[in-house]
Amino acid sequence: MITRVLVANRGEIARRVFRTCRDLGLSTVAVYSDADRRSPHVAEADLAVRLAGEAAADTYLRADLLVDAALRSGADAVHPGYGFLSENAAFARAVQQAGLTWVGPPPAAIEAMASKIESKRLMAAAGVPVLPELSPDALTEADLPVLIKASAGGGGRGMRVVRTMAELPAGLAAARSEAVAAFGDGAVFCEPYLEAGRHLEVQILADAAGTVWTIGERECSIQRRHQKIIEEAPSPLAQRVTGMRERLLDAARAAACAVGYINAGTAEFLADDAGQFYFLEMNTRLQVEHPVTECTTGLDLVALQLQVAAGQRLPATPPDVTGHAIEVRLYAEDPASGWQPQSGTLHRFEVPGVLAEFAVLPKFGPPQVGRGQCGPALCGLRLDSGVTDGSEVGTRYDPMLAKVICWAPDRDQAAAMLAGALARARVHGLTTNRDLLVRVLRHPAFLAGQTDTAFLDRHGLDGLAAPLTDEHGAEVSALAAALADAAGRQVRAGVLGGLPSGWRNMPSAFQRKEYVRAGSQGRKASRYQVGYRVERGGLVVDGRDDVRLVSMAPEEVVLDIAGLIYRFEVAAYPGLTCVDSALGPAQLQPAGRFADAAGQAVTGSLLAPMPGVVARTGVAVGDEVAAGQPLLWLEAMKMEHVISAPVAGIVAELPVSAGQQVEVGAVLAVVKPQEDSSEFEQAQ
Amino acid sequence: MTVLRSALDDNSATYAANAEAMLAKLAEITAEQAKAIAGGGPKYTERHRSRGKLLARERIELLLDPDSPFLELSPLAAWGTEFAVGGSVVTGIGVVEGTECLISANDPTVRGGTSNPWTVRKSFRAHDIALANRLPVISLVESGGADLPTQKEIFIPGGRTFRDLTRLSAAGIPTIAIVFGNSTAGGAYLPGMSDHVVMISERSKVFLGGPPLVKMATGEESDDESLGGAQMHARTSGLADYLAADEQDAIRIGRRIVARLNWRKQGPGPAAAPAPPRYDEEQLLGIVPPDLRIPFDPREVIARVADGSDFDEFKPAYGVSLVTGWANVHGYPVGILANAQGVLFSAESQKAAQFIQLANQVDTPLIFLHNTTGYMVGSQYEQAGIIKHGAMMINAVSNSAVPHISILMGASYGAGHYGMCGRAYDPRFLFAWPSAKSAVMGPAQLAGVLSIVSRAAAQAAGRPFDEDADAAMKEMVAAQIEAESLPMFLSGRIYDDGIIDPRDTRTVLGLCLSVIHGAPVRGTSGYGVFRM
Repeated sequence: MITRVLVANRGEIARRVFRTCRDLGLSTVAVYSDADRRSPHVAEADLAVRLAGEAAADTYLRADLLVDAALRSGADAVHPGYGFLSENAAFARAVQQAGLTWVGPPPAAIEAMASKIESKRLMAAAGVPVLPELSPDALTEADLPVLIKASAGGGGRGMRVVRTMAELPAGLAAARSEAVAAFGDGAVFCEPYLEAGRHLEVQILADAAGTVWTIGERECSIQRRHQKIIEEAPSPLAQRVTGMRERLLDAARAAACAVGYINAGTAEFLADDAGQFYFLEMNTRLQVEHPVTECTTGLDLVALQLQVAAGQRLPATPPDVTGHAIEVRLYAEDPASGWQPQSGTLHRFEVPGVLAEFAVLPKFGPPQVGRGQCGPALCGLRLDSGVTDGSEVGTRYDPMLAKVICWAPDRDQAAAMLAGALARARVHGLTTNRDLLVRVLRHPAFLAGQTDTAFLDRHGLDGLAAPLTDEHGAEVSALAAALADAAGRQVRAGVLGGLPSGWRNMPSAFQRKEYVRAGSQGRKASRYQVGYRVERGGLVVDGRDDVRLVSMAPEEVVLDIAGLIYRFEVAAYPGLTCVDSALGPAQLQPAGRFADAAGQAVTGSLLAPMPGVVARTGVAVGDEVAAGQPLLWLEAMKMEHVISAPVAGIVAELPVSAGQQVEVGAVLAVVKPQEDSSEFEQAQ
Repeated sequence: MTVLRSALDDNSATYAANAEAMLAKLAEITAEQAKAIAGGGPKYTERHRSRGKLLARERIELLLDPDSPFLELSPLAAWGTEFAVGGSVVTGIGVVEGTECLISANDPTVRGGTSNPWTVRKSFRAHDIALANRLPVISLVESGGADLPTQKEIFIPGGRTFRDLTRLSAAGIPTIAIVFGNSTAGGAYLPGMSDHVVMISERSKVFLGGPPLVKMATGEESDDESLGGAQMHARTSGLADYLAADEQDAIRIGRRIVARLNWRKQGPGPAAAPAPPRYDEEQLLGIVPPDLRIPFDPREVIARVADGSDFDEFKPAYGVSLVTGWANVHGYPVGILANAQGVLFSAESQKAAQFIQLANQVDTPLIFLHNTTGYMVGSQYEQAGIIKHGAMMINAVSNSAVPHISILMGASYGAGHYGMCGRAYDPRFLFAWPSAKSAVMGPAQLAGVLSIVSRAAAQAAGRPFDEDADAAMKEMVAAQIEAESLPMFLSGRIYDDGIIDPRDTRTVLGLCLSVIHGAPVRGTSGYGVFRM
C-alpha cells in the first residue's frame, strides 16, 4: 500500500502529482535544488528534501540522492514525473531495490524502449510500422533530409535536422553533446525526416494483470525546435482519415504488449497527411500533454498510475472519448528572438475562468462557460502551472511556466475559448510565447486542422510572433499607465494628495511620461511619449482629441476612445507597468525623467587627491581600460590610494611614472571615453 | 454635522448672467496670464531653446513631482507697468520629493532674466511666504543681474534678497540654488547665501567681476571659466556643492537634495479622507453678481468650499451682516468670516473680534471672504461707537497669531478691507476673484465726495461752481478709481498673491492650508487694548 509519495521532479509536474496524492489522501514529499527552494512545488508538499546544488546533474538527476531522500522522508513510493530520471531504468531499479514502489513501468520495459534504435527493431518485429534507421556514418545525399536523434532522448533535445551533407558533422556533434548534457548518453541515430509530418501519439495504460488500455490518440504537431507547444485530443488527422484511429490504437497496443508494458506510457508516431504512420518511440512515463486525455475521458491518469503501481487492476475498458481538448504550453521565451529563454520575476500569473488546477475538470461545468451549450460535461479551462504570482524564473531548467488546457464539445469551441482565455490572461513580468499561442489558435489553417510540424515555419514567425497589441494599442496603454500612475501618486502623496491631479493655476505644459516596450530581434523597442493634463473640463491629451477620461484609479483607468469605452487594468511593479485591456496586453517600462545617475561620470583628467608618491602604474598610454580599472597607485600618508578609470576608454595621457612625487591636483592620467568624445558619457 | 442648504438655482437667469460676466472676466485674465507664460516672446524663447536650455516653467515642471499640483504666485506682477507681465521671474509653491517648496525661477527670455523693481518685489513676497510657512526655497537661477536703467529702484532695497536667504537659513529653512546660467556680480551672492548649490558644467557662470572688470580693477587677464565656471567652483573654490552635467542632471540633483532634507512640517496634519463639498464647485461662477451693489449670500460659497458643505455658524442671529463659523477645508479646521450684506456695523465688528479671539484660543486658522463696502457711517452709528467697534475688530485681526487667508470675492472697500485682513494685515495668503474690487471707497462715492468738497470750497470762496467741469471731473475720477480697484491692477502691484478662478477656491485654500501647517499654528491671548 502506498501512503507517502516522493516526486522526483520539480515545477508543474510535481504539483500535478501532489494534487492527485492529496485527493487520494496520500502524503507528499518534494525534492528541490537550491534554485528551487522558493518554488510552489516545495511549499505544497507535506515534506521537502533539499538536493544541494543547482545544476540538474547535481540534483534532480542524482538517483542516489533521490532514493536517499525517499528513505529519509519515509516515502513508500517514488513518482518520477517526466524528464530528468523518469525514463532511467537504473533509477527505477534503485527505487525498487530500496524497497520502494516505483510509479512507472517495469525497468525492463524502460530498458527495452530506452534505446530508440533497439526499440524500433523490436517494434518492427511486432508488426508496428517504423521508419528505416539510418547509420550516421553511411548517409548519402539520397537519404536527405534526415533527423538526428538522441538514442536516449526525448523532449526534442539532441535532435537536429540535416538537409545537406555539409551540415552533417556539425549536426552530429551538436546532437551528441546535447544528448550527453541532457541524458548522460551521447548515442545518436538518424532516420528519414518528414518535412511536414504530423505527430500523433496514443496514451497507453496497462496493469500487471494484462489489461492494456489505449485511451485515444493525441496530436502534437505544432512544434518549435522539435518541442511540442500545442497538443490536442482527438487528432484532426485521425478524425479525417477513415480507419486511421483504429490502426493507430492497434499499433500502440501491439507496441505495449511487445515489451510487457505496465503503467502509463505513450506510443509516438509520425504520420503523413494521407494517414500513413510510423512508430517513433515509446515514452515510458506520463507525458506533459496527458491533461488533454484526462479532459476528454474524465480519467485521472496519475491516480491510475498510483493504483496500478500499488497492484490494483484496471477495469476492462477505458471510458469513451468525448469532445475536444487542446493544451498549450506557456513558455518564458521570446519567439521573435530565436525562442530565447527569458528569466526574471513573474509578478503576476492569472488565467481567467480556470475551473480546475492539476485536476480533472468538474463533472458538470457551470452553464455560463463556453457558449452555454456545454451542458453536463467536463467543460472549461484547466491550469497546470509550475509558477505562481511572484515566482522567480531562471534559465537553469525548462522554461515552461504552465500548461493551459481547454475542453469543449468541439475543436473550434475549444480553440476559441483557449485563445480568449490566454489573450485575457495576466502574465506580468516576463516575455512569453503567449501571443504566439493565441495567434496559432486563431489561425485559419490551425482551425482547418492543417497542423503539421512545419506549421510555424510555413506561416512565418513575422506574423505569428507579433505582439497581440499593436502600436496604437500600446500607445493608448501607455496613456492609461500614465493616468493610473497619476492616480496612484495622489493616493500615496504625503502632502496635497486631495488636490486635483497635476493642478495648475497657470497651465503651461503637459504632464510628460515616457514608456518603453521592449523589442526583440525582429522588432525594435518602441518608445511612447505621453503628454496629458487633467483639467476642470476633463482630460486633455497631447496630440489627440478623441480621448475622454471616464475614470482613473491606481489600478484601473477607463477611457472613451473615439466613442468606444475601454477598461484598462494597470499593474505597476518596480520598473515595469503592465496594462491589460481589450486592445491587448502591454508590458511597458517607465522611462525615468532623468538619466540614470550611476551612468553619468565626469571624465577627463584624473587629478592627485593629495600630495604623494606614485607607487606604481598599471597601464600605459594607448591601453584600453574598463570603467573602474585601476590605472595607478599613489602612496601618501602611509596609505596606498588607487586611481581608477572613471569610464571605459583609452588612456590618452599618463604623465607620471613610478616613484614620482606629485603635488595635489597634479594630472595623473587622462582617460578618453570610448565612442563619445564629449565630456560626459551616458552609459547604457 | 451641519450641512449648509443651497438656494442657488443654476437654471435661473440671474445665475446665467452672473456666470457669463465671471467667465468674461476670467477670459480677460487668462489672456493676461498667457502673456506672462509667453515670457520674452517667440524670438527670445527660440533663442533660449536653441542654446539647449529649458524655459523657466519647463525647469519647474521637471523639478516638481509628477502629477503634483503647483500654485504660481503673483503671476500678473508688473501688470499695468512699463515692465513685462510676470516680472521676469516665476514663483510658486510645488511639491518636490514629497516636500512642499517655494520655487523661484528667473525667466531668461525676458530681458535676459534681469531684475526690475517688480521682480524684486515679487521675490520678496515669495521669501516672506517661505519664511512664514517654513517652506524650503529652491532658486532656479539664470539672471543678467539688475536691470541697470532702473537700478535706483533696485539697488538699495534689493539687498534684502541676500539677507532673506541667510535669515531663512538661520531659521532652519533650507535654501537651494541651482545655477543654470549667469549669476554674476550681486547675483553671485544668490548661490553664495544658499545652503546648497548646484552648478552646471559649461553653463553656470558665477563671479563678482567678469574679465573686463577684473582687467580694469587689477590688470589681470582672465576668462569666464577661471573666474566663475562650474568646474572651477566645484573643484577649486568650493562654491558649488554639486557639479551637474546638464540642466536635467542639475534638476535631478536638486530633487535629491530635497529628498535628503528629511523635512518635517511643524504644524498638525489634515484629517484623513475629507469629504468633498455637497455642491458643485463649478457653481461658484454664478454667485457673485457683476454689479457689486447687489449683495449675495457667502454661505453659497462656503457650501462649495467646505468639506462636506459642513458649517457650524457662530452667532448666526447676531450681526447678521457678517457670517462667522467653523468648517474644515481639505481636512484642516478653519474659522471663516464672510461678509453677507456688505456693511459692517457695531454688532458685526464685535462679533468678528470675539470670533477671532475664539479661533486664537483653539489655534485654528482663519479665512476671510471679502465682500464689504466698509464700516457703517452716519451720526447714529458714530454715536453708537462704530469707530470703537471697528477698532476692536482691527485690533483683533492685527494681533491674531493664527494664520489668515483672505479671498477677495467682491467689494473690499475702506476700513472694511483692513478689518477683513487686507494685504497690510499680513494674511499668509491673499487671492482675488476676477469679480473683486478694492479701494478706499467705491469710484462713484469717491468722485461724489470730491465733488461735494469742491462745491463747498467754491461756495465758501464765493466762486461760481462749474457744473460741467464737475461732471467731467466726476466721470474721470470715477473711471480712474474703477480701473485702479480692479484685480489685475492690484495683482500687478503685488497687492494680492494672484487672481484665481472662483472654481479653484477650494483647491487653492487646500494648498495654502497645507503650506501654512509647515509652521506651528498657534493663537495668541495678547491683543492691543480693546476700547470698550
